[in-house]
Amino acid sequence: MTESNPTVERPLFCRFNIIAGIFITIGLWLTYLRFTGGLGAVSNLDHYNPWGFWIAFDLLCGVALAAGGYTTAAAVEIFGMKKFHAALRPAILTGFLGYSMVAFALLYDVGRPWRLPYPFVVSPGVTSVMFEVGACVALYLTVLFLEFSPTALEWIGAKKLRRIAVRLTVLLTIMGVVLSTLHQSSLGAMFLLVPSKLHPLWYSPYIPVFFFVSSIAAGLSMVIFEGTLAHNSFKDKMDEQHLKSADHIALGFGKGASFVLAAYFAIKVFGVALGNNWHLLGTNYGIWFLVEVFGFILLPCFLFAIGVREQNVKLIRWTAFLTVLGIVVNRLNVVLICFNWQLPADQRYFPHWMEIGISIFVITVGLVIYRFIVTRMPILYEHPDYKKTH
Amino acid sequence: MSSTSRRNFMKWITVAGTAAILPKGAKAHGQFDGYPNSYGVLHDTTLCIGCRSCEAACNEVNDFPQPEKPFDDKSVLDEKRQTNDKCYTVVNKYEKDNNAKSPVFRKFQCNHCKEPACASACFVGAFTKTPEGAVVYDATVCVGCRYCLIACPFYVPTYEYDEALEPRVMKCTMCHPRLLDGKLPGCVEACPQGALTFGKREDLIKTAHERIRKHPDRYIDHVYGEKEVGGTNWIYLSGIPFEEIGFHASLGTTPAPELTSGALSMVPIVIGVWPALLGGIYVMTQRKEKIAAEEKAEAVKNAVDATQATANEEMKKASEKAKQNKEKAVEKAVKEALDKATKQSGKESS
Repeated sequence: MTESNPTVERPLFCRFNIIAGIFITIGLWLTYLRFTGGLGAVSNLDHYNPWGFWIAFDLLCGVALAAGGYTTAAAVEIFGMKKFHAALRPAILTGFLGYSMVAFALLYDVGRPWRLPYPFVVSPGVTSVMFEVGACVALYLTVLFLEFSPTALEWIGAKKLRRIAVRLTVLLTIMGVVLSTLHQSSLGAMFLLVPSKLHPLWYSPYIPVFFFVSSIAAGLSMVIFEGTLAHNSFKDKMDEQHLKSADHIALGFGKGASFVLAAYFAIKVFGVALGNNWHLLGTNYGIWFLVEVFGFILLPCFLFAIGVREQNVKLIRWTAFLTVLGIVVNRLNVVLICFNWQLPADQRYFPHWMEIGISIFVITVGLVIYRFIVTRMPILYEHPDYKKTH
Repeated sequence: MSSTSRRNFMKWITVAGTAAILPKGAKAHGQFDGYPNSYGVLHDTTLCIGCRSCEAACNEVNDFPQPEKPFDDKSVLDEKRQTNDKCYTVVNKYEKDNNAKSPVFRKFQCNHCKEPACASACFVGAFTKTPEGAVVYDATVCVGCRYCLIACPFYVPTYEYDEALEPRVMKCTMCHPRLLDGKLPGCVEACPQGALTFGKREDLIKTAHERIRKHPDRYIDHVYGEKEVGGTNWIYLSGIPFEEIGFHASLGTTPAPELTSGALSMVPIVIGVWPALLGGIYVMTQRKEKIAAEEKAEAVKNAVDATQATANEEMKKASEKAKQNKEKAVEKAVKEALDKATKQSGKESS
């Protein structure tokens, strides 16, 4: 789009499309198996381990890592950090696609996916934390769709509709933050019901707060991480403004993430103190807990701080990846690794390859749609007709 | 989104907050009493001989397929079995060397909690604690999310993993349809040893404590299920510590709704406070930007004015100087002319 970056030729049978095609073919076959043979045909889930890789990775990690949408929107639109504006559209897009992938993956996990609207239209179970999660995720998906709509409307040239959509920005941003606060924390609150099944070092009355605060760190880090990936693959689509602010965004978001991780570390320590679980730190689970807290929270917190101090963008980009990995480790710990910790080893869960196959299928579909949108719509550059109008 | 659905959503959210504190059937002004007149079963494990009659009866009542090994085959007792989607109850054998009370048999099935975690977890309200005491499940609304399996501290609900399109959650119903017909639960009716006693929960608790009082050597002084997770309608007596016969010994006495009520009650607060706070920050940011823009404009104006003023001053000075110079020049010219005239007149006169 800019003079300095010649557009890269993307033929139909490029390496990306061929690999994606293979994954999608396998995924469609697994889909057939899932909806003809039931969950038992494609998963290792059982009566003791009813939630597996899909809930842990696709849902919990997916939602946490899609938090870039609300954190970036809040920073730019509410806190007025206009210098991060170039990060907004990519963050909204990945948020929207992230939540769509979560919903898509859920269709495989729940027994009767066509009944997913039941909590809202047939039989609301309002005592359930999951009801709140469902309601907020459904509403937030709508909000993200509307936040994304100006981009698509610019692409198809519907100027009038776009103007209306842009006018909603602040309202949508506030709704996005409210809904995200609620469901990010409630995803953790779902585990408040299982004090006997989740290891005491991970179970805490604070778990909703842990989930919410860590989602902010995850969101900020994902914006940096995705920016790095997009820079490698779609540099030709970025305009001067975007390229110029890339390092600036990494430094700013890295600084924010450092603060948030410090707070997250502090409340994790409070969590141990509140439960008086110090004596458990010497056990195997305790060592694993220390690895999570020091290796994946405190270490990236320091590395971000050093990166910002020394203006080392490369360090910040690697630290963002470490933080993202840490959030994945945390969610897998809560749902899988430290859940049912008292059961004997032969009754524990390990994912079937087909479960991971379906997760890869879902991510691949998401990437294909991302690629389709980024190569066509004004995400990484400003549409020439609408410069400085948003 | 229409305004009606938003209103409904708000209603749900508000209800969710209060409903978490007041479980279904609670009186608005007081604590949920857990249906004191509800029925339950007392399982005295010291009387159980592991004959599996209860398993056979359960299988028949619920129309389940016959298992591989018949119910009179005692070899199945050698392994620890779990209930599943084709079997609501199992009896397991617990052996301990050098113990006169060994082996002990213990029956598993749904404990029918007074305040069930499954009901607390379900987002379509598929579980109901009936006034009769049974916790029953409604497959017609179930989405199949399996949060009930996660939530249950006793690992009771199971799921039809082999069912492709209409999987159900499967668990003991305490034979609720039979109770309504005035009949006993199938397992209780079948027990030849009196190891299972059906009755009002309150009475069963008294009976259990009475047995402990009468036979302190025979029993551990604990009625499992009296207080665990807020109380269950199935209660147990044992001669050896409960954790040795497959019970979770440290479940605590907190009922499930209390675990989540705090988090749920924060929902209306977040919905109420966040928009005002964020809106306020937005307005402040806007104001700050506006003031900054105004200040910038004023600074520019001041700078321009100052430059203009200096320029004017200089212009004025310059013109004044020019005027002075001009006057001087005129004066000089006049003087010169006068001098010249004086000289000339002097010459003429001499």
